[in-house]
Amino acid sequence: MKRNKKAQASYYAMIAPGMIWLILFNCVPMVGVVMAFENFNPSKGFFGSKWIGLDNFKYLFSLNDAKQVIVNTLIIAIAKMILLIVVPLVFALLLNEVRYKGFKRTIQTIVYMPHFMSWVVLASIVLTMLGYDGLVNHVRGMFGTEPVIFMSDASFFRKMVIITDVWKEYGYNAVVYLAALTGTDPGLYEAAAIDGASRWKRAWHITLPCIRPTIVLLSVLGLGSILNAGFDQIFNMYNPLVYSTSDILDTWVYRIGLINLQYSLATTAGLFKSIVSFILIIVSYALAYKFADYRIF
Amino acid sequence: MIENKSIGSRIFDKFNIVLMIFIGLLSLYPLWYALCLSFSSQYAVNAGLVMFYPVGFNLESYKVIMSDSGFFQSFWISVERTFLGVVITMVMLVMMGYPLSKTTREFRMRNVLMWLVMFCMLFNGGTIPWYIVMKKYGLINSIWGLVLGGGLPVFNLILLINFFRSLPAELEEAAIMDGGNPWQILFRIVLPCAKPVLATVVLFVAVGHWNDYFQGLVLATEEKYYPLQTYIKQFVVNISQTTGLSAEQISSISNLNNKSLNAAKVFISMIPMLIVYPFLQKYFVNGIMLGSVKG
Repeated sequence: MKRNKKAQASYYAMIAPGMIWLILFNCVPMVGVVMAFENFNPSKGFFGSKWIGLDNFKYLFSLNDAKQVIVNTLIIAIAKMILLIVVPLVFALLLNEVRYKGFKRTIQTIVYMPHFMSWVVLASIVLTMLGYDGLVNHVRGMFGTEPVIFMSDASFFRKMVIITDVWKEYGYNAVVYLAALTGTDPGLYEAAAIDGASRWKRAWHITLPCIRPTIVLLSVLGLGSILNAGFDQIFNMYNPLVYSTSDILDTWVYRIGLINLQYSLATTAGLFKSIVSFILIIVSYALAYKFADYRIF
Repeated sequence: MIENKSIGSRIFDKFNIVLMIFIGLLSLYPLWYALCLSFSSQYAVNAGLVMFYPVGFNLESYKVIMSDSGFFQSFWISVERTFLGVVITMVMLVMMGYPLSKTTREFRMRNVLMWLVMFCMLFNGGTIPWYIVMKKYGLINSIWGLVLGGGLPVFNLILLINFFRSLPAELEEAAIMDGGNPWQILFRIVLPCAKPVLATVVLFVAVGHWNDYFQGLVLATEEKYYPLQTYIKQFVVNISQTTGLSAEQISSISNLNNKSLNAAKVFISMIPMLIVYPFLQKYFVNGIMLGSVKG
């Protein structure tokens, strides 16, 4: 028993520095959400400002901007969510049919590399390609088409945001599928081949059912990011001409908060997002636990 | 494995390989494109002539960068923050993850602390309160704001905890019998077994610090305090912040930029990652699978 006490003391000592970091930099800023219920005045601080209850929320939802921004967020996030389940799955199934091990590994390594690049860098490359006299217009010119200012085309911009994000992330998302595929029993394929099942039939009747739990799991966990349309990407690519289709909650919060200095309103919008996301994540974990026996820890 | 060697099957194989090569090239192309731009003449770049190889090959952009002290200042800030960030974060995460991987019987506060950590992962106060708190701490224009400001990366902590929990208990029991204390067990027995997951977390933390531009943008008030990504964002995308411009104005502003020079800066910013990536990526698939999705 005495040993145990000593060990306990060591555990507390180990965990203390990280806990202090967590409390100072993760927890203390949470206290700041009281600003959402105040008419925040920077000179009076979090607890000195005037308490106005839910007025900020009422004001927020009366704004047309806010409605537009929430709609944009949902459209972009849901489109990305669906494509980032389907595209990696198709890719993983095709790559799984390749029989050369080294080739397979090389392709896999290459396609998840964009995941590790920053949107600052990728946005600058994409914007250069799509510029008025960029690569894409040059290619169009060779076919005799007039150049287009892509970046001012609001409906094009939204599609471009979705496509480039799928391009960046599908390889990384495929990692989970590919790992699940290596876990399928080779005996099943042999048995099916002996029974005369074609490759297509084997993929459809063996591979897919084997990774169905993984598909369900990833779909369910995606639910939690329904309000995450990708701040870093859009923030680095957009311009005022495409606000109508591509301004999302996070970029809007940034502008009203840190550019227009409406601290309380920005915090209110941020809190709205945090609460909705929090609830959705809890629900998604509960569902994942129920249907796929998944536990985060 | 018995193979079906029908003609359709063989055609599919060929087609599939070609498709996979195409997909691989598609993932590499933007990187290659940036490299080509950086070696091309400004005229060729502005005329959109560069596609698959440098046009009008020259090293002008790299010469200009060599004499640009602002670029290197930012580069150095990023190196410094990434180094400090990785060292400090790894030490804290490992020391925190080990006790949290114990059962409640071994470490009484385990569940309470775990719930606190989980709450911090799922909920956050948003950008504005965070910014105000950082200002109160005096972390504006400070390297420590960049190193510590992002808070504890809880997702990485959970990867570690899950890995520690997957280790067989017998491993530690022997050491306990020999009278080893938790510090010795952690550093002499557990960590040497944890290489794949440690490599994965190092990769995640390092990339996170290297790629972050947002903390630099919000916490630094002058350009000389910008980390590299913020510096790059500044010249590439600053038109997005200006309101009330017409499409023509926006495209003419972007023409004034020296795209070849920008591409060279962008490419240099990717070099450290390209160097580290091949070494760490082989651990990465194992590391992330062990740590996160089980079953």
